Parts: sequence; structure tokens; C-alpha cells
Amino acid sequence: MATYDFIFDGLGLRGWCGESGGGAMSMQDLIAKGSGETPSVWETPFPSLDNLHDACPAIAQTRQLTTGLENGFLGVKDSLKFVLDPITQPLSWFLSGALNLFQTVPWFIMIPALLLVVFLASRSSRLVVTVATMILFLAFIDHYDYAMQTLAIIFVCSAICVLLGVPIGIAMSRSDRLQKSVIPILDMLQTLPPFVYLIPLIFLFSVTEPKLYGIAIILYAIVPVIRLTDLGIRLVDKDVIEAADAFGMTDRQKLYGVQIPLALPNIMAGVNQTIMMSLAMVVIASLVSAPGLGVLVLRGIRNLELGVGLVSGLGIVLLAIILDRVTKAALARVNTAQQ
Amino acid sequence: MSDQIKISIQHLYKIFGDDPAAALERVKAGVGKAELLEQYGHVLGLQDINVDMVDGRITVIMGLSGSGKSTLIRHLNRLIEPTDGKVLVDGDDVISYDAEALRKMRRQRMSMVFQKFALLPHRTVAENAAMPLIVRGENKDSALEEASKWLDRVGLQGNDNQHPHQLSGGMQQRVGIARALTSNSDIMLMDEAFSALDPLIRTDMQDLLLELQKELHKTIVFITHDLDEALKLADHLVILKDGYIVQQGEPQEILLHPNDPYIVDFISDINRARVLRVRSVMEHTTEALDRTIAGDVDGDTNLEAVIAESEGDTNLTYRVVSDGEQIGVLDMKTLVRALVPTSAAEDGVRGNY
Repeated sequence: MATYDFIFDGLGLRGWCGESGGGAMSMQDLIAKGSGETPSVWETPFPSLDNLHDACPAIAQTRQLTTGLENGFLGVKDSLKFVLDPITQPLSWFLSGALNLFQTVPWFIMIPALLLVVFLASRSSRLVVTVATMILFLAFIDHYDYAMQTLAIIFVCSAICVLLGVPIGIAMSRSDRLQKSVIPILDMLQTLPPFVYLIPLIFLFSVTEPKLYGIAIILYAIVPVIRLTDLGIRLVDKDVIEAADAFGMTDRQKLYGVQIPLALPNIMAGVNQTIMMSLAMVVIASLVSAPGLGVLVLRGIRNLELGVGLVSGLGIVLLAIILDRVTKAALARVNTAQQ
Repeated sequence: MSDQIKISIQHLYKIFGDDPAAALERVKAGVGKAELLEQYGHVLGLQDINVDMVDGRITVIMGLSGSGKSTLIRHLNRLIEPTDGKVLVDGDDVISYDAEALRKMRRQRMSMVFQKFALLPHRTVAENAAMPLIVRGENKDSALEEASKWLDRVGLQGNDNQHPHQLSGGMQQRVGIARALTSNSDIMLMDEAFSALDPLIRTDMQDLLLELQKELHKTIVFITHDLDEALKLADHLVILKDGYIVQQGEPQEILLHPNDPYIVDFISDINRARVLRVRSVMEHTTEALDRTIAGDVDGDTNLEAVIAESEGDTNLTYRVVSDGEQIGVLDMKTLVRALVPTSAAEDGVRGNY
């Protein structure tokens, strides 16, 4: 006897519902049956799908909703994969290429090359010394290879984020309608727990393909660069835009000559955030076979190897500091060039 | 300098709101600005503006904030689209231009100077001044050379490689003027160009503009809310209030014969001795006088200078000359009478407020 029987009896829908009480019985029902008490009003359950199903089997159970969703996804999976696979294939190539490059170049070439990049971006020899100390420390405690794998993934993913995100941000800044439709998607990408969108990706792509974690990282990290490009271009001084119009600039001249240069500090702040978020995600992505320091963290959790987890965590912090300082120094250079 | 009309604004209306066309019908039917806003939720920006701007002269459009003067100047190069009316430049209706023709006009025939300078902060001073030529696609080196020439001309030597933020406001606006001059257009639009500057620097800039104008004879449309500035610069003065033209004409004429209490009120505080010129108050005659002549004064001298010369003696009479020929006679008593504001002379209009 289910709680909501009276609704279906009262509406005369018993015939449509079919025989009640069939199918599997839940543990709760068993206990209720065993005790033989009629439940008090205080224990009236919410008329949810499962509870209504008890009274009327024709109503679907919540379990059927999730399986339905799953079947639906599996149904479109093949065609989705047919489209997405070739499009995303280059990502796999880039990632494995970068991983190869970072690992095959010997350390005594790689470290100076990285420091040179740091110097070119920041023009600060103090920062170069700090970064050198950190990298040498990581190498000294045998975390060099892992750190390089993580860096390689971040470089590729951040570069793709910028290549895709800046044009999207520019398009958004030009059309209020596009902005209104894209912002909810960005909000979703930013609030959805990263684990959640790993799930459909695992179904779509093989776990052995680098692009699986590549896509997860890009989806997660692309948001700030889009947002800040849009914001930056919208914040460009209206007077300067008016002057550009008054002297007859074309849209293209205005974009490359005025809007992007003036929005650059904001765009760079977005790039900084994007890099930091790729670093955060590359650790989680180790769940789906992304190599790097995240693997060690995962090992620490799985095998309860406290020391391994903590040291690799420290490695990630050091990488974060390096990436953050270098991009911020580059940003500061852009800022002083403008004000 | 011919008296050819360079820019002619005809029956220009601008209404801000959701349905300007319907609102325009109402305005033409006689609905006023306040009623339009209250009843129909539309803002009447400009109402039946008719101005002819003469080639090679400075036309000053003056009004308080909210009078629509900045809106009006932006119609000339269509930074704002009108609701109705025509803007003829050299006889061509600018409003009918397509995007390409409009861009061409903005590049070749009009330049603009802005209140807040609107320089590109990431470019050097020289690059900023060369911008109009670079936008046209001219060779960068020759553009920079041309820009450098104009920067020298407006008094900025040796700042070419600095960035705008390293300059003071007055210097930045000099760059703005150099930029407008580099474009070598006939028409210069100046939107409150000197309003953001200190009074002393403003005077310098006004002098600079007049000096440049003596040589270049551009058709300048100058927007200001400052009456002294308007009177100093204007060949033709247009006074705007709530989106319509209260009075337009030669500044001297407006000063001596204001046709609206609003203008009377407006001009009551200025130093008339400095603004009024001898030729506007003198008696027109070419005959020789029987009275003793204290001396010759030029028609374009202001009254202040004459008072200084006469040392305050009101019994004197001066002969007014222009290019060596007598054009009139100035009695010092007439001069003193002209100094009394119209409001006091005509039973105190101002007292009625």
C-alpha cells in the first residue's frame, strides 16, 4: 500500500496504472512491511517520481531518467564522435608532440631555453634567478620530468585557449546578443565541477588519447580569457573610439590599431588566469591519464603515500608561482608601456 | 577668402528614443521638448537647425550643457545619425552617403579635435599626429615627417617620441590640433577643444588657433560653453538652447541687438569694452568732421583700447579708419553708452526673472 494510492484511485486512473506492487521492492518497503505499522503523517514522503511509481507503476522511476539520459548519450555518441574526432585530432598531435619535445630535449638545453623565455617575457633578471632556483630544485629532487610534462600540457592548452578565446571575446564585445548567449555557457563551464565534464569525455574518446584531457583542460581554462577580452574591449575609452571613427578608420584598423592594443592589459590578465586554471585542471586530468605532477598526487592519494603527495603538491605550487610571476611581469610591462 | 557656403545644415532634427519617426511628427506638429519627454518618453535633441557656415571662417556654436551643441557637431561627420534634415558639405548631402563615401569624407575632408583629446595612449606623439595619414594608407615615414612639421607648427618641438601621458593637458591638445592639421582637410570640427584646459593655457590655445587660422583659412566649427571664448573666436556665432537656435549672426551684432531674454541674460556678465569693436558702435560716415579729431583708430580696435587712448575723456571724437580710409566717426559718449548692457538699457529685462 503506497502513500499516494488515493490520488490515482480518486482520479479513476487505476486501470491506466496497471497492477501496483509489482517489480522490485525497496529495502524501505520491506522494513515497513515487517514492522506492520501504518506510517504517521509526519513521515509522508515527497511525491517524487519514485514514490508515485510505488502507487502507480505506469509512472517512470528516477532511475529511468538517468538511464534514459545515458542511452540518449550513447545513441548520439557515435555520430558525435564521427564529427568531433577529426576536429580534435590535431589537439592530440600537439599534446604528444609537445610532451615529446619537452622530454627529449636534454635538461641542459631545456632549462636555459626556459629561462630565456622568462627573461624575454619579463625583462627582469631577478625573476630569472628565482625561476632558475625553483626549476633546479625540482630537478634536484627528481621531479624534473614530471614538471616538464605538466608544463608541456599547460603550454599547448593555454596557447589553444588564447587562440580560440581571444576571437570569441572580440566577437562577444561587438554583439550584445552574442554576449548574452555566451555568458551562461561560460558561467556553466566555470561552475560545473571538472569531474562532471570528464564523464561524457571518457565516453567519447579513448582514455589513451591525449586529447581527452586536452579538451577537459581547455574547456575549464578558456573562460577567463574570453571574459576578459570581451570586458577589455568594451572598456576601451569611448572618446578614443570616437576619434578613430572621426578620422575614418575601418573596423579592421580600429580593432588592430586601437581596441586590441588598449584592451591588452585586460587580455593579458585573462591569459594569466587561463594559465593558472590549466595548471589546476592538469592535476585533476591525471585521473584520465594526463601525465605530469598530477600523477604523483594521485599516487599519493591512492596508495596513501603521504610524502609523495606532499612533495609533488609542492612542485605544483612552485610551477604555479613560476607561471604566475612570469605572466604578471609580462602584464606589468604591457601596463607601463600604455600609461 | 570668398563668402562661399562650405557647410549648410538644413532643417536638422534629432530625437532620441525608441520611435523617433513618430516623435518627429509630433514635434513638427508643435509638441515641445518638455511635453515630448513627459508624454511620449522621447528626448528632443535638436530642433529645426538651420546654419550656413562660410568657407574659411570660424563658426562658433555656443550653448550650455544639454543644449545639443555636441550632438550638433557630431552630425557634420555623422558620428550621430540625424532623425531628419540635411547636412550639405560643398553641396553634397552627407546624410545620403554610404559607409564608403562617409569614410572617405572623414579621411579627406573633415578632421576633429576632442574635448578629452582622445589621443591613442599606446602611440607616440608623432604617431598620433600622423594618424590621419596612416589611416589613409600613406607611407608611414612621410606621414611621420608631415606630422613632425605640424607638431613644430603648434609649438611642440622635440616631443615626437614621447607618449601622450607624458605631456600636460595643454600639450596633449596641441597634439590633437596637430593631428587635425596633419589630415590637411578643409574642415576642422572642434568639440569643446579647450574646455578641459586651465584658463591661461586656454587663452594661449585660442591665440594659437587664431594665428593658425590667419594662415590656413580652414572652415572651423567650434563648440564651446564659454561666451568669452565664443566672442573671441567667432566670425559667426550660433547660440543654442534646449536644442534650438536662439540667435545666430555676427558676434558684435548679437551683443548689441540680442533678440531673446536668454541671450540678454547670457551676455550681461561679459566685459563689453574688450569684446565690442569700434566699427560696431561708430557712426558710419565718410564725410570730414567740423569737430576736432583726437586721432585715428582702426575699425577693429576694441573699445577698451580706445578708452585707454582717450584716458577716459568723454569729450573726444575719433576718426575711424580701415586700410587708411575713413569709414566712420566715434564719439566717446556713444562708446560709453554702448558699454551699458542691453538689459539695463531696455527697462531691465533681467529684473523680470
